[in-house]
Amino acid sequence: MGKETTYLNLFRNYREVLRQYSAPLMDSKREAAIGLFEKAGFPGPKDEAYRQCRLDALLEIDYGMNLYRLSAPPHPSKVFRCEVPSLSTKLFFVVNDVYYPDPDPQKLSEGVLYGSINAILREYPELMAPYYDRIAGQSADAFAALNTAMAQDGFLLFVPAGVEIEQPLQLIQLFHGEIEQMANRRNLVIIEDGASAKLMICDHSMTQSSCFSNQVTEVFVGKKARLEYYELEMTHPNNARLSNTFIDQQASSSVFVNGITLNNGVSRNNLNLRMLGEQAESMLSGLCLLDSHQFADYHVDVEHVVPQCTSRQLYKYILDDESRGVFAGKVLVHPNAQKTSAYQSNANLCNSSRARMNALPQLEIYADDVKCSHGSATGQIDENALFYMRSRGLSEQEARAMLKFAFVADVIEGIQLIPLKNRIHNLVGKRFRKQMSACAGCDIC
Amino acid sequence: MLLEIKNLHASAGDKEILKGLNLSVKEGEIHAIMGPNGSGKSTLSAVLSGNPAFTVTQGTVHFKGMDLLSMTPEDRSREGLFLSFQYPVEIPGVSMVNFMRTAINEHRKYRKQEAMNASDFLKLMREKKALVELDNTLAGRSVNEGFSGGEKKRNEIFQMAMLDPVLSILDETDSGLDIDALRIVAQGVNKIHTPQKSCIVITHYQRLLNYIVPDRVHVLFEGRIVKSGDFQLAKDLEKQGYDWVKQELKD
Repeated sequence: MGKETTYLNLFRNYREVLRQYSAPLMDSKREAAIGLFEKAGFPGPKDEAYRQCRLDALLEIDYGMNLYRLSAPPHPSKVFRCEVPSLSTKLFFVVNDVYYPDPDPQKLSEGVLYGSINAILREYPELMAPYYDRIAGQSADAFAALNTAMAQDGFLLFVPAGVEIEQPLQLIQLFHGEIEQMANRRNLVIIEDGASAKLMICDHSMTQSSCFSNQVTEVFVGKKARLEYYELEMTHPNNARLSNTFIDQQASSSVFVNGITLNNGVSRNNLNLRMLGEQAESMLSGLCLLDSHQFADYHVDVEHVVPQCTSRQLYKYILDDESRGVFAGKVLVHPNAQKTSAYQSNANLCNSSRARMNALPQLEIYADDVKCSHGSATGQIDENALFYMRSRGLSEQEARAMLKFAFVADVIEGIQLIPLKNRIHNLVGKRFRKQMSACAGCDIC
Repeated sequence: MLLEIKNLHASAGDKEILKGLNLSVKEGEIHAIMGPNGSGKSTLSAVLSGNPAFTVTQGTVHFKGMDLLSMTPEDRSREGLFLSFQYPVEIPGVSMVNFMRTAINEHRKYRKQEAMNASDFLKLMREKKALVELDNTLAGRSVNEGFSGGEKKRNEIFQMAMLDPVLSILDETDSGLDIDALRIVAQGVNKIHTPQKSCIVITHYQRLLNYIVPDRVHVLFEGRIVKSGDFQLAKDLEKQGYDWVKQELKD
């Protein structure tokens, strides 16, 4: 209990400040969460789930937290552009963990709520009580508990039953500041029965100082509802991202998740999906492009609780230099979840003898009438193909870029928003041709 | 002289395969290199194209007066050397059209020319595809993936036509081809051939040489060219095999 004490003391010393600046619903969850955090502590070397992901050094840093809710002008929409050409999106901004009011407020559709989670929980406590912290509160993850204890703001989207939002929504999460800081971002996405939405969350950094984002996103997808959920990380080497995403899916709903790490420092993404209603479908996919000393770790847990659901996972990594990747994908099929179809695929390209990949594909099946498969492979670029291409006049760099591109093509092709797919196509191509440096504000977008 | 190989020694790992090979090819000439299995035919083509799996330990190779051995594989290609692979490599996920457009434009960049625009490129592709009777679905398919043996070889000649080399090396392009495919491939090569261009045809059998008639025929044996002659030599080899050459060497 060394590093934890700092946060426990901070919590106790600023308990009133937290209460003062946050919605009563958020505040009501804090005591239980800090208790859980105190009991669990930050994951240590013996903690199986974090064995490959050592965060000790990052947790040594004395991060500042914006407990008094100061905003850092100017408005990010004035200085930051992350637009996808030919994709008309509705943009939202969270800087560190402060939601910036929409400069162009417009009604998306009758009954749709969007904006600051703190403000919406304050205004609609009864509507939101069944959702806030319902899944995260059951998690044993110390970071999720710390988030619940400390979080003061983030983004909320509520799409009421039957409402379909065609226009993609884009949330830009930025880090800005000169000092080391931690942001406990909290997001809540509720897609009620028969509703649909497409949400894209992009992480960027505007400054180079060390920052730690400890983020929790809870997602509720109702019966026959549809959600496309995209995450794109383009931060910098001093950025640490600890993300816990919890998705609960009801009957006949469909969820598509795509997460891309293009530039980062240390990233740990926990994605927990529960299939709670029959005939639900999900596709979870991701791509991590790592070089220098970058580290990315995806823990994907899919739980088939009821019969007749389908889940797929497709995760690919390309590692250069001294980068490290971890993929742990688990499918858990409950005893009565008959007729489950679950597929998991993970493939990794290790282009340097100093790069390292750990893959932990797992199936845990307690039902007897299921179709499940998993496969994982880690290898190198095919030297014969490389020579064949060079013998036709392609430079080695170009040939490598094309081969890497071919390797990840299926993840990119799976992206359902065509303009976004083209944009990712372009960014990944640039990344492979080393035409993209670490994220520096909006210069690269 | 377009290509001049002097005392070339090359090995794969510890094993020396080429042991002092000499060969000169003039502009416009077609040379055939024949020889029994394991004599070093494919090693010669690999070394000339710059395959990193082989190490040159001795000797020189000059191509258009340049030191070929010091050039990267891509620069050899850009200077006009082409190897038709004995075993063309499958590259899943890289489409033929993207591959060829990149190759053509890298060649053009090397010659300080503008990149070719899309419509000119597609026109060129259509024209060259017809030479080897490749079908229209080719462009969208991944390089060699799922191609039959015959299609792979025709695809090699198609790439040769696209890149318009001054020296082509056909490494057993005839192996694994039925009579019809052999005819198509050979006719393709002949249509591309001009008096300024040279060709080295590496083959086991004489049958390809009935279509592509060589100016010179060489026998490669144990890493050296041991006998050279005109087309008649290929006919003699077909009739009598390699034993008489080996016998002659012993004597």
